[in-house]
Amino acid sequence: MHIPDGYLSPSTCALAYAMVVPFWTVALRRVKELLQTRLVPLLALVSAFSFLVMMLNLPLPGGTTGHAVGIAVAPILLGPWAGMLAISIALFIQALFFGDGGITTFGANCLNMAIAGPLVAYGVYRLLSFKAPLTATRRVLAAGVAGYVAINVAALLAAIELGIQPLLFHDGSGAPLYAPYPLQIAVPAMMAGHLTIAGFAETLISGGVVAYIQKTDLGFLRLSAPGTLRIIDPSEPSAPVVHQRTSRALWAGIAVLLIASPLGLLAGGAAWGEWGIVDFQSEAGREQITQASGNVPPPAEVPQGMERLAGFWIGPIPDYAPAFMRQEAFGYFLSAMVGTGLILLAVLGLSSMLRRRQVRRLLRGP
Amino acid sequence: MELSAHAERRAARAGFLQGLDPRIKTLGLLLLVLTAVLVKSPVPLVGLFGFAILLASGSHIGIVGLARRVWLPVLLFTGMIAAPALFLVPGDTLATVPLLDWTITRQGARSAAFLIGRAETTASFASLLVLTTPWPHVLKALRSLRVPLVVIVILGMTHRYIFVLLGTAVSMLEAQRSRLMGPLSGREHRRLAAASAVVLLDKALHLSTEVHLAMIARGYRGEVHLLDDFRTRLSDWIVLAGFLAVAAAALGLQ
Repeated sequence: MHIPDGYLSPSTCALAYAMVVPFWTVALRRVKELLQTRLVPLLALVSAFSFLVMMLNLPLPGGTTGHAVGIAVAPILLGPWAGMLAISIALFIQALFFGDGGITTFGANCLNMAIAGPLVAYGVYRLLSFKAPLTATRRVLAAGVAGYVAINVAALLAAIELGIQPLLFHDGSGAPLYAPYPLQIAVPAMMAGHLTIAGFAETLISGGVVAYIQKTDLGFLRLSAPGTLRIIDPSEPSAPVVHQRTSRALWAGIAVLLIASPLGLLAGGAAWGEWGIVDFQSEAGREQITQASGNVPPPAEVPQGMERLAGFWIGPIPDYAPAFMRQEAFGYFLSAMVGTGLILLAVLGLSSMLRRRQVRRLLRGP
Repeated sequence: MELSAHAERRAARAGFLQGLDPRIKTLGLLLLVLTAVLVKSPVPLVGLFGFAILLASGSHIGIVGLARRVWLPVLLFTGMIAAPALFLVPGDTLATVPLLDWTITRQGARSAAFLIGRAETTASFASLLVLTTPWPHVLKALRSLRVPLVVIVILGMTHRYIFVLLGTAVSMLEAQRSRLMGPLSGREHRRLAAASAVVLLDKALHLSTEVHLAMIARGYRGEVHLLDDFRTRLSDWIVLAGFLAVAAAALGLQ
């Protein structure tokens, strides 16, 4: 799953770096607040452990190899932010010193294995172990499932990053410039190994670690079980202040991505697989589809299902630029803002609801 | 691990790259890695690979050793991934495999060549960096790329404790093997692997507590100071200009 240099285009690599930098910044600030002087030795040792776990390569069907990443262990033991940093550091040393994973693709590898994976693992673990005591077997199962889901999410992201390369980057003759396999090959090839052997290796390591920690030192499970850690005083002023300050960089990163959204206009034509009826009917559209599909021409007629369902749902901002806007770039930017705003509102609403429930429960007492 | 031990020895020797300011060298070689990813034609890629060989020779890094430790593993890994592209990438027919009747396309061959060429060239430049620069110097050089100081310190310590934990893991495996009377079943093997991983984690966590106490005892209060005694000479700037010229030529050639 470690993508080497030369497999991803420079623009894909740059985008991946742009996406992970805000997470690293927030993680570093949060972890400094939490661990203070313990930060350096604890992160160094957990990173070293992650590194050694990643060295355990397993042969997978199809000639590739897979390994446990510790993708769930790090966030369960250290919390999601410190977990992100620990895995990122292990990946960096692997890339620079041991040649496992590239330097230009380091951002993409971190996005898959150090950001998305641990976040998913943490979410799944918290969800499945909700209200469970620290010694409950459910926590072992939750860790196992979290490891399995997280490594597969990371593998899917890697497959998508690799699979979009031939669609977007090829030379005049049609030869792919970077990873040569389209999504329909890259996704099954990557997922076959991870849904089976690598996924189970991660399950085994994640569940095994939590089961062991339950018997030896429960303290290490408390960072990912805040409800059982201590009674949270909702009137405590420092917690929200830290949250606001450390999250600022993340919001700044999202803002930069929003502002950069008109860059999408530089990509000519529609994204692969996102064609409309008009694209099938026009000569230029058909030519674009043929080129993007490895010189395989589209069917002569518009697919019947597409024709039937095309009018079923018209988005409020079709093609990212409503008709009343003259500037397409402005429409694109506005659409990105509206879309992201809706997602943020949904997430904030959900988290606020959960927090209120948690505070009510804590105030009610055991 | 073998490469890293080899790197420490090589970095201590005299040579062209070894004599450069680590910051200039890191920037220059990273620039060449980026150039190898940016080029869109095989000719400049071959030129960059040739330049990597030239740099290796000037830095007294054996070509045979480089081939054995870097080029061959990269060729095997990327070659395995690139080989099916010969047949799977659609395009003009270049040749047909007798008996199997599989068609090799020109686009497929070009794509496989790009993938292998890029992987070999970028791996060569990255290896030259670690083979000619002691790890602490690489880390200090990263400061010039605005990497936060605390990250540099964690990276340095992680690198150190990887070898410590590796020694521990090897000892654990030896201890396990010496106590085995016969082959293990698959289930027992998995249980042993999981137990080894968690024992290693436990040892790592205990070690982190001990290291933390040792740091506190020596006056560590959360602030990091890094000794930075690098000096950039005129010759370093000339070499960086040379690297820039090579990168510009490679990008201009396509």
